[in-house]
Amino acid sequence: MSPAETATPTTAPRTGGGVRHLLGSELRLVFGRRRNVVLLLGLAAVPILLGVVIFITQDTVVGSQGPGFIGRVAGNGLFLVVAALFTCLPFLLPLTIGIVSGDAIAGEAATGTLRSLITVPVPRTRLLLVKAIVALCFAAAAVLTIAIVGLITGWVLFGISDLVLLSGDTITAGAGLFRVLGVAAYVAMSMSGLVMVGVLLSTLTETPVAAMAGTVTVAVVSAVLDSLPQLSAIHPGLLTHYWIDFAEFLRLEVDPAALAPGLLVQAAWVLLAGTIAWSRFTTADISS
Amino acid sequence: MTDTRTAASPAASPTPGGAAGSPRATPAPEEIADQAGAELAVRTKALTKRFRSGQVAVNGIDLQVPRGAVYGFLGPNGSGKTTTIRMLLGLIGPSSGQAWLLGRPMPAAGTDVLPRVGALIEGPAFHPWLSGRANLVRLDACDATAPPDRKGRIDEALERVGLGAAAHKKYRQYSLGMKQRLGLAAALLRPRELLVLDEPTNGLDPQGTREVRRLVGELAEAGTTVLVSSHLLAEIENVCTHVGIMSTGRLVLQGERTSLTSQSDRQLWVRTDAEHAAGAAQVLTTLGLTEVVTDGTELQALLGEISPADVTRALVTAGIPVLGLAERAPTLEDVFVRLTGEGFDVAR
Ligand SMILES: Nc1ncnc2c1ncn2[C@@H]1O[C@H](COP(=O)(O)OP(=O)(O)OP(=O)(O)O)[C@@H](O)[C@H]1O
Ligand SMILES: [Mg+2]
Repeated sequence: MSPAETATPTTAPRTGGGVRHLLGSELRLVFGRRRNVVLLLGLAAVPILLGVVIFITQDTVVGSQGPGFIGRVAGNGLFLVVAALFTCLPFLLPLTIGIVSGDAIAGEAATGTLRSLITVPVPRTRLLLVKAIVALCFAAAAVLTIAIVGLITGWVLFGISDLVLLSGDTITAGAGLFRVLGVAAYVAMSMSGLVMVGVLLSTLTETPVAAMAGTVTVAVVSAVLDSLPQLSAIHPGLLTHYWIDFAEFLRLEVDPAALAPGLLVQAAWVLLAGTIAWSRFTTADISS
Repeated sequence: MTDTRTAASPAASPTPGGAAGSPRATPAPEEIADQAGAELAVRTKALTKRFRSGQVAVNGIDLQVPRGAVYGFLGPNGSGKTTTIRMLLGLIGPSSGQAWLLGRPMPAAGTDVLPRVGALIEGPAFHPWLSGRANLVRLDACDATAPPDRKGRIDEALERVGLGAAAHKKYRQYSLGMKQRLGLAAALLRPRELLVLDEPTNGLDPQGTREVRRLVGELAEAGTTVLVSSHLLAEIENVCTHVGIMSTGRLVLQGERTSLTSQSDRQLWVRTDAEHAAGAAQVLTTLGLTEVVTDGTELQALLGEISPADVTRALVTAGIPVLGLAERAPTLEDVFVRLTGEGFDVAR
């Protein structure tokens, strides 16, 4: 039984156009939805709140003793971007991503619009591909939102000066900006595996909330497993293991080899989750 | 059915059904089964769906919807209509058997054939936070082969179902009938060769129901084949040229509507005055009419092979004032009940 489409020669030439059409429409749908805009606004509030709190407490002993990046924010606004991303990484970003990617297919199934799309017809492979791309775009937009708002807030509150790297060396503010953008790009990239897990879960249920909660749970469980030294053997394969490697951008020389494992693990998760989602979605009965 | 050709090669049979159908001048309704697949807008062969629960929701049905027909797909709640329609449109895979839409196999040829098919399945479904119009824009944007002039086509579809004024309201704020109308508009976004409408009158007021019937009539007149399902027999009976009746997963009856209901079960209705009712009943019984029922001044009976003219003459001869007399064809419900021995509204 395979109710999926089969690519007939007559449809092949317009597939590219079909994807583009659909992509525009889906992007508008996801980024135009109020709930999703609110999610982005919520993320945007993080660097602002963080900046304001640090600004208020910066003269006190407490302020300058914050953990890691947070302690450096008062000295250089560029660090607010890093600190805000670091703050959102364990929970807020997975939550945002879980909501949007878990909604990808399950949301359409829940409203019943999935059957309309399939009978338009939108070939199932194309629909899944576009849904995944849009979910990835949203994850990137979430990270970008934090980065841009963090940059502006940091600049306004603390000014931007030459960047002191983790090694103690100093680079110019311009070069520092690139480093911070590198951090944001790496974090965005690190989310791709989780996005795909969310899309996979959303093909398995007709209840979007279940897929959303499942996605967040995957991120949390992965982080918990990563914190258990007894399981060090499986750590390199965990979705969240290399998330923190964005710090590589704050060393004197950015070593691509040090970034590779994180990228590879994400690619592997994308491939794995994507394949399962595809084989499931192209053969599943749509009875919603 | 004797036609074992598959519709996968409709071009291979340029004279569809010619050899089989030529000896008779006017093909009998059962001849539909002998036409080639290309002549049929919808065709299934032993189509079966067994759900994972083990329930056989659709049990080896052979649908035959000729092109240009308005096919009433009827059956009580839970008889398998929606499940059949879902299989026709490639939403769910059949457990066994095959289906063809417009001569092309489903679901294999879905990408090619579905643009020519408008569908409304199990009620309308749209994004609640978008306006009715925005929902249509979205659906049309998803259609890779949509004709140009999206705005014009959407406006026309909205006007056609009477939603022009409410187009910019959020779907969430639509009434049930408005939602149903939007579902119809979506099926009419572009010219279609086949419309598959699952319970299109669900939730509509009598006015809306009449409009849907009129719309279906209009579309059929323009050459569109319509497959319309309903669990309310009377509601769509009159617009159908063909009828298929489902009962617990089986297609118990299929054919041209007139031929299904015009034969043996003709009924006679007579009105006289209270004084002569008993006498009239006597006359009818004597004439050979059966199941004579008297209800005040009105009588009903099964006509059998007797002509109404003979009845009228006999009544008048007997000196009974005939205030009204009519022959009534049996309704589909009568036929259904006779075939299955069940009331129409039993579900599994
Ligand atoms: N996804 C499913 N899984 C299991 N059983 C199902 C599923 N969908 C439908 N059924 C069962 O299949 C049978 C036929 O259902 P279907 O929806 O096709 O009926 P219907 O003729 O459309 O009824 P109605 O007039 O109420 O719309 C029902 O008994 C139903 O319980
Ligand atoms: Mg139904």
